[in-house]
Amino acid sequence: MAKYENNPRAIRGLVREAEVHRDVYVDPEVFELEMEHLFPNSWIYVGHASQLSKPGDFITANIGRQPVVASRHSDGAIHLFYNRCPHKGVKIASEPCGNTGKFFRCPYHAWSFKTDGSLLAIPLKKGYEGTGFAETQANDGLSKIKNVVIYRDFIFARLSEHGVAFEDYFGDSLSTIDNMTDRSPQGKLAVEAAPIRYMHTCNWKMLVENQTDTCHPMVAHESSAGTAIKVWQREQGDSTEKPMAVQLYGPFMSPYEFYEQSGIRIWPNGHGHTGVNNSIHSNYSDIEGYLGQMVAAYGETRAHEILGEVRHNTVYFPNIMVKGAVQILRNFIPIAVDRTLVESWVYRLVGAPDKLYERALMYNRFINAPTSIVGHDDLEMYERAQEGLKTNGNQWVNLRRLYESGEEPDVTAVINGTSERQMRNQFHAWAKYMTMDMDKNLDQPGEAAE
Amino acid sequence: MISENTITDFVYREADLLDTMQWQAWLDLFHPEARYWMPLEWQQQDPVLQPSLMYEDLLLMKVRIERLAGERTFSQKPKSRCHHLLQAPQILACDPAAGIFKARTSFIYTETRGDALERFSGWASHDLVQVGDELKIKLKRIDLVNFDAPFGNIQLFM
Repeated sequence: MAKYENNPRAIRGLVREAEVHRDVYVDPEVFELEMEHLFPNSWIYVGHASQLSKPGDFITANIGRQPVVASRHSDGAIHLFYNRCPHKGVKIASEPCGNTGKFFRCPYHAWSFKTDGSLLAIPLKKGYEGTGFAETQANDGLSKIKNVVIYRDFIFARLSEHGVAFEDYFGDSLSTIDNMTDRSPQGKLAVEAAPIRYMHTCNWKMLVENQTDTCHPMVAHESSAGTAIKVWQREQGDSTEKPMAVQLYGPFMSPYEFYEQSGIRIWPNGHGHTGVNNSIHSNYSDIEGYLGQMVAAYGETRAHEILGEVRHNTVYFPNIMVKGAVQILRNFIPIAVDRTLVESWVYRLVGAPDKLYERALMYNRFINAPTSIVGHDDLEMYERAQEGLKTNGNQWVNLRRLYESGEEPDVTAVINGTSERQMRNQFHAWAKYMTMDMDKNLDQPGEAAE
Repeated sequence: MISENTITDFVYREADLLDTMQWQAWLDLFHPEARYWMPLEWQQQDPVLQPSLMYEDLLLMKVRIERLAGERTFSQKPKSRCHHLLQAPQILACDPAAGIFKARTSFIYTETRGDALERFSGWASHDLVQVGDELKIKLKRIDLVNFDAPFGNIQLFM
């Protein structure tokens, strides 16, 4: 029974001022509509240009559920295509990354395409003479995604031909990507390894919301971070230097007051971040030689400005989170209404000491892995919510912490760090990007056309 | 005198201590400088500047074990259990004079979580040293055959 298809009013009805209906997490029809509307209307992270350093390099990804492939052409340009042969639909690239040489060759009938997507050759081509082939979409080669923006090497794409422009969509939130990139003395990041991947049996939005949920760490992570502190206090003996591991785990147990004063900043279109004034990443030990490199590269004032910005989690709506201070990007990839693939990427700060990369890798396996004890706590909560939300007694999820009546949507503001306003911000954007083209289909003016 | 049989018995006993959840006895098998390593790449060489699923010292192993018994460890309600099915260990080195003892053991590992049951296949590598009359683990390395696949929670030790 279709409750929501072609029914933007019903979709908007799922999001109240400070509550959301459970169907946003558990209804398969809502998930289908997210794939059809929300993801194509939004700017989605595809990959990092350092993964495409040489001509012929390619990476594959999914935007929503649609497979895409990005490639570096011989002239240096990066192109993005739907990952299907125009002939029978076979994916032309199946690996996460690789080098295809001068052309892609479909493994089924050997149609080949230049790395700019244009059709190179078809075996026994005379079979298409006089058939009208030249007028078909197949003759154009791989279907290109036109709306691609590479911002400081981060590749984003919007599948919908019309919609909100990249700069308007992200606005000032790009400052987190700036800060992460500026932390390299050369202003350059590099992906050097595959991400840590794990599968969560919950809706993708639970993971996104959790990124700015500052009232859960001291509760849900007591068993992991709390135990780490306890064991360290008991076992440390005479050692005075806190190991890197304890420095990384410990701050998860910070009290409510810490998160309250650290602040949350929200931006239009559902983006926002925790850790405005300071964060759980503020008190890591200095790494020898790094500050000197940064000062040499940027000057004293600017270097301290860059390193003084220690934002905690930045959510880029709809489905990635960036941690500038530890050079991590987590991609929450929707697989099904109750299934989410997480890919947690680490970037190396080009030119910075190895120790920084070591710390980022360590943080990633401690916090963002199937073997992470912190992750074990989180997944347990998401799975219980995925089950609990099936109950009919109360069909609403409450997001009312520090709600003020008349909150303006789509504004930039800094607020108390325990507010749930960033979650409200995300759901406002959710309703907007879900429905903007439904309205159009219904021949009504869109809410936010370019 | 440590023989190949001593190494084989050691590998079986180590797995048995995990299956029977004798955590303290299991930790006692490790050298103070030991590491437990679960790589994230095929034939990975570097545990520090390449990503791994786990690379932990005794302190971190103790944290994991203490967490399992915690009152507020919600992901262990109900508690997980595990089962190691081992092939006969292949002895790669047994050199008492040099103090080098190495084995590689093919395994199938099962971990439960409530009604769910997950299976993993791979190889366990043991680098052992002699301390007094006993063998101790310097490095236990777990190479999963599908290390690059996305798993759910893995909460115990393989």
